[in-house]
Amino acid sequence: MNIKIKALKKSLWVYHVSGGSCNNCDIEILDCLTPKFDIERFGMVLVGSPRHADVLLCTGIVNKKCVERVKEVYKQTAKPCVVVAIGSCACSGGMFRDGYQMGGPLDKIIPVDVYIPGCPPKPEAMIAGIVKVLEKLK
Amino acid sequence: MNNKQQNTKKVVVPIGPYHPLLEEPEFFALYCEGEKVVDVEWQAGYNHRGIEKLSESKHWDQVTFLVERICGICSTSHPFAYCNAIEDLLGITVPERARYIRSIIGELERLHSHLLWVGLAGHFLGYNTVFMWAWKYREPVLDIFEIITGNRNHYAMFKIGGVRRDIENEDIPKIRKVLGELKGKIEMLTGAVLDDPVLAARLKGVGVLTKEHIKNFGAVGPVARASGVDIDVRKDDPYAAYPLVEWKVITTENGDVFDKAVVRLLECFESMKIISQCLDAIEGKKGEIQAEVREVPSGEGIGRHEAPRGECFHYIRSDGTNRPTRHKIRAPSYVNIPTFKASCIGQTIADVAIILAGVDPCYCCTERVAVYDVEKKKKLHNFKYLVEKSKEKTEKIRKEI
Amino acid sequence: MKDIIGILKENLGDRIKEIKIHNNRRIYLTIEKKDIKDCTKIIFKDLNARYIIASGIENFDSFEVLYHFGFDKEGTVVSIRTYLDKEKPEIESLTDIIPGISYIEREMWELLGINFTGHPQLEHFLLRDDWEKGNYPLRKETYEQ
Repeated sequence: MNIKIKALKKSLWVYHVSGGSCNNCDIEILDCLTPKFDIERFGMVLVGSPRHADVLLCTGIVNKKCVERVKEVYKQTAKPCVVVAIGSCACSGGMFRDGYQMGGPLDKIIPVDVYIPGCPPKPEAMIAGIVKVLEKLK
Repeated sequence: MNNKQQNTKKVVVPIGPYHPLLEEPEFFALYCEGEKVVDVEWQAGYNHRGIEKLSESKHWDQVTFLVERICGICSTSHPFAYCNAIEDLLGITVPERARYIRSIIGELERLHSHLLWVGLAGHFLGYNTVFMWAWKYREPVLDIFEIITGNRNHYAMFKIGGVRRDIENEDIPKIRKVLGELKGKIEMLTGAVLDDPVLAARLKGVGVLTKEHIKNFGAVGPVARASGVDIDVRKDDPYAAYPLVEWKVITTENGDVFDKAVVRLLECFESMKIISQCLDAIEGKKGEIQAEVREVPSGEGIGRHEAPRGECFHYIRSDGTNRPTRHKIRAPSYVNIPTFKASCIGQTIADVAIILAGVDPCYCCTERVAVYDVEKKKKLHNFKYLVEKSKEKTEKIRKEI
Repeated sequence: MKDIIGILKENLGDRIKEIKIHNNRRIYLTIEKKDIKDCTKIIFKDLNARYIIASGIENFDSFEVLYHFGFDKEGTVVSIRTYLDKEKPEIESLTDIIPGISYIEREMWELLGINFTGHPQLEHFLLRDDWEKGNYPLRKETYEQ
């Protein structure tokens, strides 16, 4: 196993990017941090800068105004970096796919490793998704 | 670009689009002289999804689901206002049981939204204890939603002419029990927040909005009520079960961030009062939950709902077909956010974070209809600066007290 | 209720071209484009109504702008309707009367292509700065593509 991957797996730091979402997935991500779900017990922390992040949690359709920004954020992350598409919008565009402001879905813009569908996915689903990320890294 | 040219000599502190302060992407440029903020510029559009346009391509029933996805926090407010608009166009009345159920959902949402705000406000001030508390107490509300509607958010309860699902009688005692426990906890939280000397020192007299500002920007909801303007659609233009139950509009006089917090916390208790009266009214009874709606004739309708953040306004125009020809949506944050022009200017950078958060901005709502700036891209990492500044100031005050 | 209509009639006089009373809480007035500034000033400043929002609508042969005002104590929404030319939609900006209206005017400018004369900052707000000129997403023909 690559030493980088080994170090990465111990404690995943996540950064949250919203590319034009309805806020619900974002709130559920924050919910994961709070006492009921508490993902910090797995060593996961929400960080304030993409430069510190190991995992990018992306929500929303990624609208045309956001496309460049999301690419920029992805470039700034330290590699290897796992990208997780959260919610139906990020996975496929959802009900906004025909809109004039649709720039995504996310996998057209940056490489995506894990998809967590749902509108919004429950915090349990997100935790399950992140566990799959850990397995994938093995 | 006039603003930018005038401000070239001042220091620009960009907030966003990706910023820990904002869960959603949004861009604010603060023009500063030393510590003082002299101008603020707001660039929106990072959340714009073209919902007004999409609405014209969906039929009347589908639009309820679309408007629900305008915003995840106020995901009942938009369908509520939309259904009110269609019912205004049709001129029908909703069955009584459905009216009570609508009010219950609306107030539960207010409860969870206000708790969410209190938590986030604590987080911005470096009080993560408040954040964890408030969000912990928010969870039981979401559990109630799961019992009633089957989902934690995006409840899909609304339907033109009524509600989609009934509240089962056997669920009512469970809801009562959770609310009873919650009341004590929110009382404790309210006491802890309002009596805290550090929070008072940080929030009192910060970001004051006068009645005149409220009028000029058309601000609504808790932002207006904190400045002593007693507007509340639930009282002024009664709908659903609000005229049938006993409750009062909370107002305060000072218009600073502290008062906004007071209004929101006290509103939680009013919400609980409304919910328990509505539960009394429907408990043990059976009744129709939807009126029959066959088709929507041509015409226009306006629907309003008092969302947690203020008045939510929907204008619908129909030409007699099965979809709207125009659907105008005005979310409360659209008129609340521009008040920062009045409240931020002249304040210090450290206070701006909490002032911007003070209106409980919701950008998803604001941009429901559908920056890329090369110069500022390199400053993207600056965004931690503000929250850190804010936390520093709290620390300083804490030591002084 | 009668009295809001009475007050409006008294203050605006024959500038009101048409009154449509949908029900007692929703009133629609039609006013000509040239009188809009005076009339909104009277309603907003003298009658102390609350500015809610403005909506722009594209019709088959015209553009329409609706200014919505709330009379909160009476619970009434008064909407002032005015029609604009289809070829060259243009209307005076109301920013000097209602400061808060600035953003919605920008939005109508970029999404519907209605020009607001005298607006201090008519530039892109929701769409990208390099959005294609003449492509107004909320216009009907845009949808056909």
